[in-house]
Amino acid sequence: MSDTPPHRAPRWAIWLPLVLFLGFFALVMIGLYRPADRNVASALVGKEMPRFDLPPALPGRPGLDSKVLANGKPHLVNVFASWCVPCRVEAPQLGELAKAGVPIEGISVRDTTENLQGFLEENGDPFQRIGADDDGKVQLALGSSGVPETYVVDGKGKIVYQHIGEIRPEHLGLLLGKLQEAQQ
Amino acid sequence: MKRLMLSLAGLGPAIACLALMAPAIAQEEQSTAPYAYRQLDDPAKETKAQDLMESLRCLQCQGQSIADSDAPIAGSMRSLVRERIAAGEDPEAIRAWLIERYGDYVSYAPQLTGLTWPLFAVPAFLMLIAFLLLRRRFTGKTEDAK
Amino acid sequence: MMAEIGLAALWLAAALAGLQLAAGSLGLTTRGAALGEAVRPVAVVQGLLALLAFACLIYVFSVTDLSVKLVALNSHSMKPLVYKIAGAWGNHEGSMLLWVTVMGMAGGFVALVERRLPERTMLATLAGQAFVSLGFYAFLLFASNPFERLSPVPVEGNGLNPLLQDLGLAFHPPTLYLGYVGLSIAFSFAIGALITREVGPAFARAMRPWVLGAWIFLTVGIAAGSYWAYYELGWGGWWFWDPVENASLMPWLAATALLHSCSVLASRNALRAWTVMLGVVAFSMSMIGTFLVRSGILTSVHAFAVDPQRGTFILALLAIYIGGALILFGLRASSVTEGERFALVSREGALVFNNVMLSAILGIVLFGTLYPLVAETFGAKVSVGPPYFNPMGALFAVPMLVVLAVGPLLRWRRDRFARVSKNLVIPAMLVAAAAIGLLVIGSVALLPFLGLAVALGLAWASLLPLKGRNLRRTPLPIWGMVTAHFGIAVALFGMSSESAFSIEKLVAVKIGEVTQVGPWGVKLDTVEPVAGPNWTALEARLLVRYGADGKVTRMLPQSRSFWAPPQQTSESALLTRWNGQLYAVLGGEAPAAGNKDEAKSDAGSDQGRWQLRLWWKPFVPLIWLGGLLIALGGALALAGHVLADLRRINLRSKIAYRRERQGR
Repeated sequence: MSDTPPHRAPRWAIWLPLVLFLGFFALVMIGLYRPADRNVASALVGKEMPRFDLPPALPGRPGLDSKVLANGKPHLVNVFASWCVPCRVEAPQLGELAKAGVPIEGISVRDTTENLQGFLEENGDPFQRIGADDDGKVQLALGSSGVPETYVVDGKGKIVYQHIGEIRPEHLGLLLGKLQEAQQ
Repeated sequence: MKRLMLSLAGLGPAIACLALMAPAIAQEEQSTAPYAYRQLDDPAKETKAQDLMESLRCLQCQGQSIADSDAPIAGSMRSLVRERIAAGEDPEAIRAWLIERYGDYVSYAPQLTGLTWPLFAVPAFLMLIAFLLLRRRFTGKTEDAK
Repeated sequence: MMAEIGLAALWLAAALAGLQLAAGSLGLTTRGAALGEAVRPVAVVQGLLALLAFACLIYVFSVTDLSVKLVALNSHSMKPLVYKIAGAWGNHEGSMLLWVTVMGMAGGFVALVERRLPERTMLATLAGQAFVSLGFYAFLLFASNPFERLSPVPVEGNGLNPLLQDLGLAFHPPTLYLGYVGLSIAFSFAIGALITREVGPAFARAMRPWVLGAWIFLTVGIAAGSYWAYYELGWGGWWFWDPVENASLMPWLAATALLHSCSVLASRNALRAWTVMLGVVAFSMSMIGTFLVRSGILTSVHAFAVDPQRGTFILALLAIYIGGALILFGLRASSVTEGERFALVSREGALVFNNVMLSAILGIVLFGTLYPLVAETFGAKVSVGPPYFNPMGALFAVPMLVVLAVGPLLRWRRDRFARVSKNLVIPAMLVAAAAIGLLVIGSVALLPFLGLAVALGLAWASLLPLKGRNLRRTPLPIWGMVTAHFGIAVALFGMSSESAFSIEKLVAVKIGEVTQVGPWGVKLDTVEPVAGPNWTALEARLLVRYGADGKVTRMLPQSRSFWAPPQQTSESALLTRWNGQLYAVLGGEAPAAGNKDEAKSDAGSDQGRWQLRLWWKPFVPLIWLGGLLIALGGALALAGHVLADLRRINLRSKIAYRRERQGR
């Protein structure tokens, strides 16, 4: 056996795991106390509405062409479906917004004519136009990840705000405010 | 109420909006998009599409690629991918289109951006540490070995 | 009544854990040395009491005692008995109780049979085990009481998630926990050794069988979980780098490195700091894993119910235990030398390389799993999945596997590569042949390509240690090593083959139509409704034939609907052959195309079409067969060590007896 001093693990290697653990601890402390946000928001907020032209969802009602969203007036675009439960919850609020003169366009996702008709009969029909997005492609083009979602679009076709989830009474003020902003 | 996450694999209507408390309402149907459950005829294109689908994340599931999910929105995304690949579009262009709309979240293949550079730096860093540890362990030994 | 007994047993066990800690710590001092005698019996009784509590929980689940809140939330009177029992651990509180039970039983078992350690180290070890158990007892008793009563008593339970009503998954948690939590013994051993500064071959020899035991269960648990995901989820995937999967893989990586390191320490008195560090890291990974799963901090397909309060409690435990252990390591390890020296080209050298590579892979998996959390802190969402983990893992795994081919052939302390290089000619040729073959086949991606080539070479190389030996007198641990390494090659081959050669067919077929998938012809014969104890289903009868003239076999995939809770699952049908598996799933009835577009003239012809998902996956069962071989290798090694120990004990007692007889 030689006389060289016995090998010792380097200092930095010994303390490295503890340092890594402290980093982990800090990270998860922050993570635990941040409010959990499970929604996937659209990355198109602040950008222009994508071009689309959806066929009519109901016979006798016009479909939805995105050109109409750039006609100078701010619009609400509501992505919904008859099989969606929170969409029923927000129906009264949409009705109120429609009464207040806000043009609301509907995109019905992965739906059928009869179910849609039944839904509108039960919950009211605040929509000016309803486009049928059976393939779900326009939903994807908008960056929408579920229903219901409501987009505030300004007169030039730019998406100003995305509201994820149903519109509850307390959100009405917020939406009207965004619509006001969009007017400028 | 404590319950296990029931949205495994998007089985059943696993979408954010469908409250499982009221099953009496119309269920979301499977996606009727043409290529949600149908493969492309050209096998080379189908392989390209499959590789892309395996690296795109289902937007409503708890952590699945669209290739592995029963959720209807995943079906719509699959159809989108297949139709575009059939039309000759490059898979990375389709990925970029989706990232433009959903952010980096939608892609399982991390893009090298200002936010994700640590993911690539860490393996390099680990190699460096590995090298330092091994070098330190063994230099000074080669004389011993003689 | 039983629930109260269970709760009382749990409180008693916790109290005994406290006593164990006190007696163990005081036993280390000179004045309290007498207390040390109490530690072992206390540890054994503590384990038994925890087991009693767990048995009570199983009892209330099997009789569906709905006055217990946990049963009401997770069970249903119409479930088959085996799933009622499995429901006991298929939820947060129950699995936490399983955790402390395994910790208690493991500690008790060690106290009962382990005699090789110096007494002081043993006391420190048992005290450490009690210290860790106390935190988890506290968590159970104050934040996750499994025996909480519910009033008024509901009429019926909520039922168990249908996905869990499956034999494979029912028994996956206990197996996994025996491994996961069994690593706590290694942790306690490491703590004990650090406290008493007894890091030497005796310590390693004592620790090794416990690590092996836990590791074997962990290997089986992970393989079983992967196989369950494969046949239950209905899309043929078997590993998703999901946070919960990673939570079980990380302790396994650490434990694999630990058991190799431990062997080196036991036989060559080297790698001391590595062994102790890995002992701490392995169970730390178990604890971190359980935290990640239960706190809801990460999105995952099978996270338990989200609860930040629980998360905080466990996080506090982590800080105390992991932080404490790492500080102890920092303070003591600098005085723990690395032991005997060795050259770069030596078996120890290869094992150091192995340790470093496994740790690097562990680091990558941990970082990749946590990264979405880092990104969220900066306000963005990022997804990290197979396209990241696979190549980055391979970056370190491939060199490790190459060294694995050589390592077992090297001598201890110092060797020359030239001495072993002739043995590697055949493996190298196999790798080259595979590479050429795959290039000829073409269209194989890089990773599966590497995997297949390396697997072939490794398969041969792993058998080389047996060359030139008398096979009947080869010690069992050598057989264990060879089996386990061969198992790695087999599993790698299966994984790469599945990735490179799977054929998928998604079709909408009418009754009587035949589809071709790879060498199989699949005919849809009928689709009929069937019923089970708590489900109804549509069952498809598929008649399949291999090649032009194979025998016709029947496959019965189902699409099941449960009603409590309402959920649909797909039960895939699998047909296994020596060279792969045919995987069939029944989808829904093909939706009528273009419901709004009357111009689609043949919309009507889609009626009566059923969606089928079919895969031909060559050599895929090798993945789990390889996993079982790895576990078997571990079991052989464990048996070898235990038998050797028993023989030594037997021999010693014979010698002592003879001496006594001779009056010496």
